[in-house]
Parts: sequence; structure tokens; C-alpha cells
Amino acid sequence: MDGATRQWETVVVPLGAFAAGMLVFGAFCATMGVNPLAVYASIWKAGFGSWYSWQNTLVRASPLLLCGLCTSLPARAGVIVIGNEGAVVVGGLGAIAAGLATLSFPPWICLTAMGLASMVCGGLWIAVSVALQHYRGVSAVISGLLLNYLAIALMNQLIEGPLRDPSSLNNPASYPLTADHRLAYFDGTHVHHGLLFGVAACLAAWFLLERTTFGFSMKISGGNVRAARLVGLPVGRIVVTAAFLGGACAGLAGMVEVAAVHGRANESLNAGYGYVGILVAFLSRQSPLAIVAVSLLVGGLLASGGMLQRAHDLPDAAITVLQGILFLFILLSDTLYGRLRFPGAKQDAITS
Amino acid sequence: MQLPPEGLGGWGILVALAGGAMRGSIPYMFVSLGECLTEKSGKINLGMEGVLLMGAMTAFGVSDLTGSPWLGVLAAALAGLLLGAMHAWMTQQPAVNDVAAGIAMILFGSGLAFFFGKKFVAPMAPQLPLIELGRWSHVPAVESALRISPLFFVGIATGFLLHWVFTRTRWGLNIRAVGDDPQAARALAINVNGVRFIAITLGGALAAVGGAHLTLYFPGIWSEGISGGQGLMAVALVIFARWSPRRCLAAALLFGGAQALGPSLQSLGVNGYYHLFNASPYLLTLAVMVATCSSKRSLAGMPGALGKK
Repeated sequence: MDGATRQWETVVVPLGAFAAGMLVFGAFCATMGVNPLAVYASIWKAGFGSWYSWQNTLVRASPLLLCGLCTSLPARAGVIVIGNEGAVVVGGLGAIAAGLATLSFPPWICLTAMGLASMVCGGLWIAVSVALQHYRGVSAVISGLLLNYLAIALMNQLIEGPLRDPSSLNNPASYPLTADHRLAYFDGTHVHHGLLFGVAACLAAWFLLERTTFGFSMKISGGNVRAARLVGLPVGRIVVTAAFLGGACAGLAGMVEVAAVHGRANESLNAGYGYVGILVAFLSRQSPLAIVAVSLLVGGLLASGGMLQRAHDLPDAAITVLQGILFLFILLSDTLYGRLRFPGAKQDAITS
Repeated sequence: MQLPPEGLGGWGILVALAGGAMRGSIPYMFVSLGECLTEKSGKINLGMEGVLLMGAMTAFGVSDLTGSPWLGVLAAALAGLLLGAMHAWMTQQPAVNDVAAGIAMILFGSGLAFFFGKKFVAPMAPQLPLIELGRWSHVPAVESALRISPLFFVGIATGFLLHWVFTRTRWGLNIRAVGDDPQAARALAINVNGVRFIAITLGGALAAVGGAHLTLYFPGIWSEGISGGQGLMAVALVIFARWSPRRCLAAALLFGGAQALGPSLQSLGVNGYYHLFNASPYLLTLAVMVATCSSKRSLAGMPGALGKK
């Protein structure tokens, strides 16, 4: 297949699948008695219609950037990781523990400690599940999902036990960070600096994959394990390291939620960003740069949940239905690769 | 959750655990049997969590609207049938990843369940009639612990029926052949895609009946957290049970018992680690998988084509 067709495909197929998913969601809304065009207009308005709604979108996009990488980096090395939610939660827990322990130090030390602790916790969480698959044959998909529930149990235990702020009565939460030890906001907005972490992580991941030897060996392990072994690559170490890096990103997302959005650890850590991150990774076809664009798109969709409820009386789960439909269409579109014909592109000669 | 009987001491805990195992095992039982049927045909359906939630919501809604809990169970099975058929069709398209499709089905199924379930949050639907196994005892606590949902017996019977189908019928032989070696099955003129479609679809229907138990049994309310990952654990449980329907029944009882452990201990006054005890089924699943799996060889009893495109 020639290069032009291939480049066209990677743009046309996901966009087509996205459009088809939106159409089906419109039909779903229509059968619920809501005008689909009005629903599209609301999603646009709530996600991208004004500077204010852009800020809401950006706030939601920043954890998605990091959670998308958690699936996408290991995927390039050949493992499907879906334990993102657990990594976000343990990352947030690590961050709050480190933050509370270093409150007496200057803010930059405290924030650095929080960032590092969250990345180590999240990274180990995912690395363990992938190492279990590589060395023990336990499916990383299943262990990842189980670890999600364990992480949530751990969080409940900690915020109702050792970390509990006695003043949080009905809604258990940890002790709060002091105001000057929280992550700052961009001037005049409610967008926090966590967005920078997300964008920087995506750029770094792109650099790692496309410009370093390690990234190259990751892609070889992901492309063909036997070939990688035959040329002497330490596949196990590569795969587990990729998983650690991905998990570190998700852990950092937990730190951002704790240090910027909530200022403490509570049940909102388990808000589903991890699961949406899987969707982001698949929508962007595991490419770090595409994650930036896709996170904005999906962040906008998430931001419009409240609007759909207020303007059209649709339950907030409508956005979950939309995500499910989009995900299904993206996966179905995988079957189209290599089957499409584009005008102007040369046809392949039949060789095999 | 019922408290263990007072005045029975340690025996009280045992009775409560046995009762809890019989109650708590039902969703595991149906989902793992459904997943077992699916995986025997060589495909995996990770979306059972979504199916379970759809089953729970549908059963609740239909039971509430019609006043008949059995119609609710039937409607749940139909909803599971539809979701199963969707998954079956999707995963048979070339180049579509089974595992990712399962995750998408979890999102889609739970989204639909929460969407339509929004209006059912408050009231209680008509419940399935219970079967009293504790008539012999005069201790009320024992009687209440042994008040069992009829779905428990349906589940046990289904497990043995599946075992009979797999080992003694042409249908079962076809499913196993397709799951072990699709190429060889095709050479024998078995319609591979057709058999898989039927197995995955029926598997979805079975799993959804497990969901019906969640809402049609005490306390009988619908809430979004009702399944708590049981659909996912049941997928792991099939591996633990080595793809045997009868071992699925035993494993489901074990998991049901593990689930009853936290509340039982809490009633004894041990409540310092409440959340961690509640997480014991997840930990148990993980431990069992680490202990039984190996990267060197495939597991005994594993369908040959499982996980291969």
C-alpha cells in the first residue's frame, strides 16, 4: 500500500467512525424524544462555544492527556493496559500522603514530592500488573481491572482511617493541603497548571517513541515479540518499563486532581478519568500527539454532561452512552483499514 | 445484609457465612456460566459487567411496571441476549480486538443501564418468592439465613445442564471443536461463526439473569453501584474454574462466601478494616490467578483458540 493512502486512512477512518457514532447517538436522542440537532448544539456550546466553556474542557482534558498515555505507551510495547483508574487513585493517595508529610517545607519541595510519589505509586501499580502477565501469564486486562477495585478499597480505607480529616463528616476526605501548597492556576482562569504536565508528558512520550533507542525497541517488542527476542532485546524489561512510564502518567493525573482540583483526597479521585483515558488512547490510535487533540475533544464531551441534563432533561449517563457508542464505532472502524480506496492513490499490485 | 444470629456464637458466623455464600454466589454463578459458554467457543466477552448492570436494571424496571418478577427475569435475559448478539457480531469482524470490544461494551451497557435506570432509583420492585430451607430450625436467625432465592437452584441446574451439553451432546461437541481449533471445525463443515454467535449470545442472556438477582432479591433496590465489579470477577473466576461449568458453581460459592466475610466480621465487632475485608474477593481472585497461571504453558482445559484472532 502506498504512503498517501495510509496517511489518508489514519485521518479519514477515525473521523468517519466519530461521525457515525455521533449520528447513532443523535438517533438515540431522537427516539428519547429529544431533538438531536439541539443536543449537538448543546454539546458544542458547553464544550467549545465560549472561553468559559473552553476552560471547562481544558480542566477535564488535563487528566485525560495523562490517562490516555497510561494505555497508549504500554500498547506500543504490545500490552493492553486498562488499570488506569486504579493508577489514578493510588497516584492521588501517594500524592496526598507525600504532600501532608512535607507541608512544613516550601511549596516547591512539597509539590515535587507529591509529583514524584504519585508517579512512583501509579507506575508500580501498572508495572506489577504487566509484570504478572509477562512473567506469570496472568492476563493484565483482568488483573488491571481487579487492581482498580483494590485501589478504591485502599482509598476508602485510608480516607476513613489514618488520613481522615475529622471535620469531613458525611463525605469522608483526607486532611486538606494548605492554599499555598496547591498547584497554581493560569491567571484569570480556572485552568490549573496540571494541563502543562499533560501536554509535556505527551510531547515527551512522542520524543521517547520516535527519537530514542528505547522507544524504537518498545515498538519492535510491540510489533513482533519473536523478532525482538531474536535480535536480543530484553523484552520483559522493556514491556515492564513501558508499563511503569504509562502508570506514572496516570499517577500524575491523580496528583493533579489532588493538588489542583480538590486540594485533598476524597471519593472524587475515582471519577472515571481512568476509564475515559482508555477511550482516548484507542481514539488516538495509541499516538501521543493525537492524544492531545483527542483529549480536547473528549474533554469537551465530558464538560457537556451537565448541560444535556439541564437543557434537555437527559440523565447525565447520556454522556456514558455516547462514549460507549463512540468506542464501539472506533473499534469497528479497525476492520476498514486496508479496505478503502481513495481517489488519486495508486492501487496495490496483488503480490500474495 | 442480614446480621448473624445472636446467641449462637461462632456457629452464628458459620450459618451467616453459609447463607451469605448461597445468596452472594448467584450473580457469580450466572455470569461465570455465561462466560464459560462464551469462552468454550473460543471468544472472550469482557463486557459482562455491562450485561450484568443491564440485566439488573431491566429486571427491576419490568418487575416494577408489570408487577411480575418472573417477567423481569425474562426481560433481563432478553436484554442480555441483545448485548451478547452485539458483542458476537462485533468480534467476528476482521481486525476487531475482543478485549477492547469488551471494554467498550462495559461502557455502553452500563451507560444504557444508568440512562434508563435513572427513574427507578427510589422505589422497590416486586421481589422473587423465596424458598425456605430453614423450616427445620426454630431459631429465627437460622431460618432467615437459609431463605434462598429460587434463582440459586436455577443456577445450579444450569451448571449441571451445561456440563451435560458439553460432554454428551453434538451441540456441545461442536462448541468445543470450534473453541479448540476453528480450522479443523471448518473442515468438518461446522459453521464456526454461527456456533460462536449462538454461544456468545446465549452466554450474554445467562449473565443478565445474574443481574436480575441483584435487583429482585432483598433489599431489592436499583442503584448504580449495585454490581460492584462482580461481572469482571466472574470472568476471572472462569479461569480459576478451568472452563468447567461444575467447577464454576463451586468457585461461585467460594466467592459468595468471601463476599459475606466482611459484613460477618463487622457484626462480630471487627470493623477496623471494613473496606479491606470487602475487597477480599478481588484479592482472592488475583491470588488465585497468580497461583494457577503460568507463562510457560497454557492452562489445562483452556480452549485452544481462546485469545487468538
